[in-house]
Amino acid sequence: MAKIVVDVMLKPEILDPQGKAVAAALPRLGFSFAKDVRQGKRFEIEVDGDPTPAQLAEVEKAAEKLLSNPVIENFTVRVEK
Amino acid sequence: MKIGVVTFPGTLDDRDAARAVHHAGGEAISLWHNDADLKGVDAVILPGGFSYGDYLRCGAISRFSPVMEPIIDAAKGGMPLLGICNGFQVLAEAHLIPGALTRNHELHFLCRDQKLTIENTNTAWTSSFTQGQEILIPLKNGEGAYMCDDQTLAELESEGRIIARYVGENPNGSRNLIAGITNERGNVVGLMPHPEHAIDSLTGPSADGLGFFTSVLKAMVR
Amino acid sequence: MALDTVAIAQANPNTAQPFADLGLKPDEYASIKQILGRRPTSSELAMYSVMWSEHCSYKSSKVHLKQFGEKAVKSDALLVGIGENAGVVDVGQGYAVTFKIESHNHPSFIEPYQGAATGVGGIVRDILTMGARPIAIMDPLRFGPADAPDTRRVLPGIIAGVGGYGNCLGLPNIGGEVVFDETYIGNPLVNALCVGVMKHSDIKLAKAAGAGNLVVLYGAKTGGDGIGGVSVLASETFESKGPAKRPAVQVGDPFVEKVLIECSLEIFAEDLVVGIQDLGGAGLSCATSELASGGSGGMKVQLEKVPLRDPSLSPEEILMSESQERMCAIVEPSKIARFLEICEKWDVTVSVIGEVTDGKHLEITWNGELIVDVPPRTVAHDGPVYNRPLAQPAYIDSVAKEVIKVPIPSSADEIKATVLKLAATPNLADKSWVTNQYDRYVQGNTIQSQPDDSGMVRIDEKTHLGVAVATDANANWSYLNPYQGAKLALAEAARNIATAGAKPLAVTNCLNFGSPEDPGVMWQFAESVRGLADGCLEMGLPITGGNVSFYNQTGTVAILPTPVIGVLGVIDDVRTRTPMSFDRAGLDLYLLGETHEDLAGSEWAYMHNQRGGIAPIADLQREMRLIELLVAGRKKKIFTAAHDLSQGGLAATLTEMVLRHNTGATIELESVGISLLSETPGRVVVAIDPGQTQALTNEASAQKIALTKIGVTGGDALVINQASISLSELRTAHTQTFPKLFG
Repeated sequence: MAKIVVDVMLKPEILDPQGKAVAAALPRLGFSFAKDVRQGKRFEIEVDGDPTPAQLAEVEKAAEKLLSNPVIENFTVRVEK
Repeated sequence: MKIGVVTFPGTLDDRDAARAVHHAGGEAISLWHNDADLKGVDAVILPGGFSYGDYLRCGAISRFSPVMEPIIDAAKGGMPLLGICNGFQVLAEAHLIPGALTRNHELHFLCRDQKLTIENTNTAWTSSFTQGQEILIPLKNGEGAYMCDDQTLAELESEGRIIARYVGENPNGSRNLIAGITNERGNVVGLMPHPEHAIDSLTGPSADGLGFFTSVLKAMVR
Repeated sequence: MALDTVAIAQANPNTAQPFADLGLKPDEYASIKQILGRRPTSSELAMYSVMWSEHCSYKSSKVHLKQFGEKAVKSDALLVGIGENAGVVDVGQGYAVTFKIESHNHPSFIEPYQGAATGVGGIVRDILTMGARPIAIMDPLRFGPADAPDTRRVLPGIIAGVGGYGNCLGLPNIGGEVVFDETYIGNPLVNALCVGVMKHSDIKLAKAAGAGNLVVLYGAKTGGDGIGGVSVLASETFESKGPAKRPAVQVGDPFVEKVLIECSLEIFAEDLVVGIQDLGGAGLSCATSELASGGSGGMKVQLEKVPLRDPSLSPEEILMSESQERMCAIVEPSKIARFLEICEKWDVTVSVIGEVTDGKHLEITWNGELIVDVPPRTVAHDGPVYNRPLAQPAYIDSVAKEVIKVPIPSSADEIKATVLKLAATPNLADKSWVTNQYDRYVQGNTIQSQPDDSGMVRIDEKTHLGVAVATDANANWSYLNPYQGAKLALAEAARNIATAGAKPLAVTNCLNFGSPEDPGVMWQFAESVRGLADGCLEMGLPITGGNVSFYNQTGTVAILPTPVIGVLGVIDDVRTRTPMSFDRAGLDLYLLGETHEDLAGSEWAYMHNQRGGIAPIADLQREMRLIELLVAGRKKKIFTAAHDLSQGGLAATLTEMVLRHNTGATIELESVGISLLSETPGRVVVAIDPGQTQALTNEASAQKIALTKIGVTGGDALVINQASISLSELRTAHTQTFPKLFG
């Protein structure tokens, strides 16, 4: 069943201490590939049937109003099969 | 003088805020989140805690509670409104004041007695203090870093809307050591530390916190 | 898998059942068959397996714990004794206080944050279920060596879990312990204590009384959390390779519990429940069987009425689930409507799942089919009782012969170096890194918290009546002499109550030991229980309840015996308490109590890898006289400050006192090395205004407590004989240890 996915990330200029902590922990575990890490949130929204453009527009509004805080966060909306 | 103290599910410091109001000489009226009735109060406090478990984001769900509608209207009309800690987060989510509160820069919850300077004594909640007065009140939170864009920061600074600043080391990563701010009108104040836990030296680090509550009672008399 | 009903069990007596996988021994399985007169259904087997596990049934400890009843102190203050969810004591002015300590050791090794968090959640519900508002928590914690990699793995998560759950519940953390020792590597100890307050008339008990009354489940929905946690985890030791028993850890949601607390207190205030039980270890199996046992014995439950988070759970899994934040209440039909209204107000999930009957059995059906039909006492109370073999281990005699060889400082440089070394050692260093992660202010009634000797909370804002709580253990002494070790820990906790001038009133305990299948461990346990029971009887302090945690060992190496003793005291006016330390010059410092050469089991000996010797012998009569002196001294306003001596001896106590309010002291000691390092029990340092000298002398003489002037307060250094340590240097040594270790 397809679902609508909303990814929320802190705006690039906002300090992300959790991302920094993860970036610091990786090398301690032997992983040296990461230049930087930022941590965000992912919402998976189930609807009946395949998501319609109208529903996607609604999700955009919901993402702006509730799922993200536009003062400090950006979001993207997409459909995942 | 009636001051409403709101209880959301998960609010923790409502009884402490009510106690502080009482100590300052006012009458505290309990307001339930689900009830859009302000019961004729003259001012409102949004207290500290973990409303809705800090789900989604701190204060993100509380701001849509039924009680918030009349509060926002009244605040726009000039009613004094104080948001403490989680309450500050609700005010920010409701866009009654600019900016947002994010995770402490060192990631840990931090509880400590914090020195602040009061930098604006013209608000409804700070008139009892003197300009530049240093006070000691508890800070206790995990998401207390005040963030805003450069433009907002410049505005806050130039308009003197930063009402309190941390003294010494930055405890949580707030921009410009901001501990509390006010709106343009000076009736809505958001404050990260907890004045309701500094009303006597028996249970707190000082009695410095009482000033916030006596201020609003004075404002209401006028 | 087809539903295994009572009818099927009766018709198919020889079906093979996986009782061993569920943690039951063959003789226990046979016993169940005998009780039921047939083989158990799979649901019944699940219930017996969790309820007869060590953690729930206390099968290895019961025979020893009954001493607490046999040697029980007759005390009018005890309103509810051992046997209920928590003990309750009368503290005056119509108030009753309930308190208890519990362990959550094994889950915290596996998942530090959630293990600690759900440990806090569980003990808080135990207090709530007595009808009380929880008002404070404490966390005695024990870890492997501070610099060990596994300590770095578990400690931050455990602290974050205690803080994360407790802070979100709105409970001030008023104290605890952080202790490091090689013995706990692989077996960290997470003990959590909760205190609650109520009026006498509010006390609730776990009984299902009144045929026709409804059985109501409310709180979080039931999922697959911690299935078999008690039987699989707490009743087995870890394999040396590491945590294999992964799936059985519960996940907590403190917001749900906070709402549960407020909802429950409103329900209690309107007197809507006849009996109530929280769902902890063994979940619904425990709640239903205990409630039924507490009543006349009859209960019918329709298991399909349990609200589920995961609809795929089988009846057996529902019965074993340890989903958090759930309570089970017995409600009269005439009150159920109001009960449901209050749950709706707080948005708490609620479901009527059964009713009390006048039969003698607990009957559980699943969509009409009978799957459990048992006499509830056989599940909840009449589990197996083991008289495990015990034998004094060989080490007891050999360690007693060990001679302690440690450097004893005498020159100024040596004194200074020793004091600084003790100030910085992890067991004695400043713990702000930990305690700053805990809210100590919420509820606005905290009078004392870390680093004070006891946590103190005001319970009446008008009269300023308050309670004080302290927890203590000394595994080093318990190792050398378990009988004395328990008495000494009791004395220390009681003394910690008394230094502020509060009067000790009641005792709880958390007994952390290795495997009861090891006769040496069993002997340590039996001796510790005997010591605690004898000690409490002698001191007139009733034991209100507690917890036993066995199987704290990896492979064949058990932890040092660690009985943690919690003492609750009362103070009539918190404003008059004696503070821990002084903030001005010109006060005289006195040492109450005699000092002998007691280095066995001391921190200094531990730091030099000397674990042997002879533990001190507790003199409880003298401890009681010292307590009298401290309480009387507060009432007569003799003391400006009082702080007890324990690990780290006088050196640690002086360090803590001068740093508390940044006021130095000048100290003169004879036999300075021993005086600083010895850990002779029953001693306190007090500061008095010189005008109180005669009053102090009189009181000490009346109580026959040795009194020695050791110095005066003032200055910006700790001066001991010719050694001078600036406060800033001392502070640096004391406060840098934890940030350096844990970041």
